[in-house]
Amino acid sequence: MVDLSYTAAADTSPSRTVSATTEGRATRWALLALALVFLAVFLLVPLVLVFSEALKRGWGPYFETIADPDTLSAIRLTLLVAAIAVPLNLVFGVAAAWAIAKFEFKGKAFLTTLIDLPFSVSPVISGLVYVLLFGANSVLGPWLKSYGIEILFAVPGIVLATIFVTFPFVARELIPLMQEQGTGDEEAALSLGANGWQTFWYVTLPNIKWGLLYGVLLCNARAMGEFGAVSVVSGHIRGLTNTMPLHVEILYNEYNSVGAFAVASLLAGLALVTLALKTILEIRYGHAIAASRGH
Amino acid sequence: MEVRVANVRKEFDRFPALHDVSLDIKSGELIALLGPSGSGKTTLLRLIAGLEKPTRGKIYFGDEDASQRTIQERNVGFVFQHYALFRHMTVADNIGFGLKVRPGATRPPKAEIRRRASELLDLVQLSGLEKRYPAQLSGGQRQRVALARAMAIEPRVLLLDEPFGALDAQVRRELRRWLREIHDATGHTTIFVTHDQEEALELADRVVVMSQGRIEQVGTADEVYDTPNSPFVYGFIGDSSALPVKIEDGQIWIADRPIGLATPDAPDGKATLYFRPHDIELLDSCSGCIAGTVATSRRVAGTRRVELEIGGGRQVVEIELPIEHPAAQKSRIAFRPRRWKVFPAQDS
Amino acid sequence: MTTAPAEAGWRFRQPSVIPGFGVTLGFSLTYLTLIILIPLSGLVWHTASLGWADFWAIATDRRTISALKVSFGTALIGAAVNVVFGTLVAWVLVRYRFPGRRILDAMVDLPFALPTAVAGIALTTLYAPKGWIGSLLAPLGIKVAYTPLGIVIALIFVGLPFVVRTVQPIIEEIDREVEEAAATLGANRFQTISRVLLPGLTPAIVTGFALAFARGVGEYGSVIFIAGNLPYVSEIAPLLIVIRLEEFHYAAATGIATIMLALSFSMLLVINLIQSWSRKRYG
Repeated sequence: MVDLSYTAAADTSPSRTVSATTEGRATRWALLALALVFLAVFLLVPLVLVFSEALKRGWGPYFETIADPDTLSAIRLTLLVAAIAVPLNLVFGVAAAWAIAKFEFKGKAFLTTLIDLPFSVSPVISGLVYVLLFGANSVLGPWLKSYGIEILFAVPGIVLATIFVTFPFVARELIPLMQEQGTGDEEAALSLGANGWQTFWYVTLPNIKWGLLYGVLLCNARAMGEFGAVSVVSGHIRGLTNTMPLHVEILYNEYNSVGAFAVASLLAGLALVTLALKTILEIRYGHAIAASRGH
Repeated sequence: MEVRVANVRKEFDRFPALHDVSLDIKSGELIALLGPSGSGKTTLLRLIAGLEKPTRGKIYFGDEDASQRTIQERNVGFVFQHYALFRHMTVADNIGFGLKVRPGATRPPKAEIRRRASELLDLVQLSGLEKRYPAQLSGGQRQRVALARAMAIEPRVLLLDEPFGALDAQVRRELRRWLREIHDATGHTTIFVTHDQEEALELADRVVVMSQGRIEQVGTADEVYDTPNSPFVYGFIGDSSALPVKIEDGQIWIADRPIGLATPDAPDGKATLYFRPHDIELLDSCSGCIAGTVATSRRVAGTRRVELEIGGGRQVVEIELPIEHPAAQKSRIAFRPRRWKVFPAQDS
Repeated sequence: MTTAPAEAGWRFRQPSVIPGFGVTLGFSLTYLTLIILIPLSGLVWHTASLGWADFWAIATDRRTISALKVSFGTALIGAAVNVVFGTLVAWVLVRYRFPGRRILDAMVDLPFALPTAVAGIALTTLYAPKGWIGSLLAPLGIKVAYTPLGIVIALIFVGLPFVVRTVQPIIEEIDREVEEAAATLGANRFQTISRVLLPGLTPAIVTGFALAFARGVGEYGSVIFIAGNLPYVSEIAPLLIVIRLEEFHYAAATGIATIMLALSFSMLLVINLIQSWSRKRYG
């Protein structure tokens, strides 16, 4: 049996688990088999299917889809959206975590709850709120339009919806981490004559860099993969407002299954890379990442 | 219930935690397993409980080979260092748990379980706390509940793993006395693990001193304190002073002088002399004694502790003097231990 | 003489030598207001300007009600399935040692990382009558794709990590002494798990259920492909919002969105209350 670097606090001596704290052998195998079958059916098989469908007709049609101008422009748009949304949410996350973790002030718990709000809102509603704000019936929309600024059914709307959906990722990773680290290091640096910016740059940032990277990783995965919110605000204009997930939908609805799965395989590849990096971060820097996993 | 540990060996991943340990415990006895961490005392307790299986050897409860029984069937009451109370159950439910999980035929009716629980709460002096949750109790109260829970199943043996280890000093002393009273009232064969010699000596009928997976000595508090049978026991229990000596013709020598102690049975050669720092007699003149110059002198509670340099400062030994003794720096003091023991020098 | 008003009474923040409070909090609040609060309040404002009669008409519309029923019902079933299997998976990952455990552990987060549209088309193809799994179920008369059952499958996929990741750390923290205590008191393994361990895990399981449920109610991308989207049967509420939007029926879209938000928030609130109650009691 393989035992890969597992350390549980309660488990100092492996043979402690004689019979008092384990199930019988048969039960153990049955539970393990049940869990494995469940995970295989629900996680592994769909993942394998994405790649198998994408390559059903071989590599030729696969690359054809990817080299298609519409696909390429969808990839470009997805990268552009992530390149705007992720840094903005990164800056927000650091600022919010600094204010919340390093200071005591009234209404802090409420502010933390507000930051988590986008997680409990349906992606469709996240898109809807921007349609209401900038749509033809709104006050802002026509006014901006008179200056030639298009928000809805254009790139700015997609960026806004993506920012909304990925808003909490960095902040909720950093807040518990920085709260746990306390203010001792910063106070020491200040007492040694560092100014605020130097304190952040030389003391705080090295302490939170792995947690920050972790948050950015999850934020990026969601930013590139968001479908519902972006779908509502995009207008689905081929070559213009189509992100990769939206392009998957269009190809699929046109019964271009190989094409849809080819683009989907790129996104699945991104997901796998994200998972791999995430796992490496958790294994190597687990102590430097907040305990909150998920989302 | 008598408990007999017969030639038990226990290995964890090939690393021996216990070497060939044997121990007889009489029915109704209160026994302390005493030793530093890593001595194997907790392992021995867990083996008796059935929480571990011995690599070799057997454990008997009376005439019955307990090794053949699962932990559930052994019917031992085990009290854990960190209480291990069930957080989501009330105090009464915690105590009644062992009765509730019995198979239908032997399970007492609910009212009976409730009655037993409050009886036991009376015994551990926590009457009226039935409805509380463990989170609402103090550490000492939790440990009492844990003991009541262990006694509820009418155990054949009561096993306690560092029962007072997580409590502060004041509560510890209180609970110690109280455990003795409970033991005397109920008469359970009781084995408890501790690293605190004061606790072991005060509480136990017999003390089992353990070190490095072996039993060093078994005896009453007087026996292990007054006649330790190994350098380890001398060093571990109570204060002790040690001096390297030489044995020649049944006489103990330091450097080239005999110190007036005879040990006719010991073989010639290098040895170590052990004695208690307070158990000495001061001598005026030195012919056949240990003598040295005062290096440091400290006042410790009701006595004065003095470090003497012996043999030109190569050896330092600690003795206790009455407060009135001046023990001036560099002054010379001569003494002879009243009670002492020599052990052949260890190879190291 | 002067009294020190800062020393007594209400104070916005505790004094601290660390700089940057004003600028970081100011930026955070501005950004939060622009990105989240103003758009969300737009939703509330639109609903408020609907008028009670209009709102009631939207809320009691038969299609709205069935869409909400489908969304909440399938999310409930999906989350319930995940409670059982998510807890099982968490248990197996923590307690058992087997080759590939690490990889499997990482794989549990796949639904977080995989874009929902990808999951949607993959599950649809898999469970379609001619798909790998669909073709196995078809002879048994079980139709998954394009039925409410398909929605449940998609929501199980989406919600699984929520349950596993909330329950797993709690299982890791279980004090082995507690299990040993139960065993010495005579409890067999089943009794130990059902009476001692599961009650201890319940708060985490409830939280995981709530998270999976909340996510399931709002889920869109992975569901619309597999659902079939038949009005009154397999049409979910988020899809109905999109349909109303495409019909430029903004009032209806807003109304449904508000009802969804209100229902989810009150559910989460109730669960939070249960949680804090149990924390107070069991510590």
